[in-house]
Amino acid sequence: MKLRYETKQEYEVIIIDEERIDAHNSGDLKEALLHKIEQGNTQLIVHLAQVRFIDSSGLGALLAAYKKINAGHGKLILVHVQAQVLAMFELTRLTQVFDIYAELDDVLAHHG
Amino acid sequence: MGIPVFQVDVIIPTQTRYLRLIGHIGERIANELDTYTGDKVQLAYDLNLVLTEATANAIKHAKTDSPKETVRILIQIEENELIIKVFDHGQGFDLKNVEPLDFANPQETGMGLFFIKTYMDSVRYTMTPEVNILEISKKLQ
Repeated sequence: MKLRYETKQEYEVIIIDEERIDAHNSGDLKEALLHKIEQGNTQLIVHLAQVRFIDSSGLGALLAAYKKINAGHGKLILVHVQAQVLAMFELTRLTQVFDIYAELDDVLAHHG
Repeated sequence: MGIPVFQVDVIIPTQTRYLRLIGHIGERIANELDTYTGDKVQLAYDLNLVLTEATANAIKHAKTDSPKETVRILIQIEENELIIKVFDHGQGFDLKNVEPLDFANPQETGMGLFFIKTYMDSVRYTMTPEVNILEISKKLQ
């Protein structure tokens, strides 16, 4: 799982440099996100612009991270979600769970 | 059951690294369906997803991750129907015991079969001492 990290204001941004998240790499994603939370990061943004495919295990990895950060009153925000990937969140109604923004700047403007 | 226009028969080791290949095969098949009048881009995504989920499920239920253990995926394209059969030698599962998604209290697991049921028209799972078969089909418009 290729991931890059940036800091923007109070947010730790995790950029997923993969076209595909499936059962082969979703475990790595989950581990990386949980590690960030365990390190004390409470404001995470997951940048999904490169991701054009996600399966149930990928959604599960994001959901696991959401539950952990939410339990500590932190935030996990998704940005740049491609249309077909967004459709998966809509189908499972996970759009009601995650904060999803079109652009990173929208998050910074809204919460900054 | 009609006569296949064409079929793709793949055997892979029970390793998740092959999911990408299986998903891409699904996408390419969608692009080959010249008579399909629906949204081919969406169909390509759906087949990628369904094949990925069905194969991942078979790998998950396999007895071991030995390179000798395999999953066979047979994709048959008929004039008006697409049929996917995934054969595995694992412990199997009962489709009736698969819980529906709890949208109010989402869980990290259990979404794979929900996707298969949502995007395909029929799902059947047959267990025998020799082999288990997950058979899923979709009418092609």
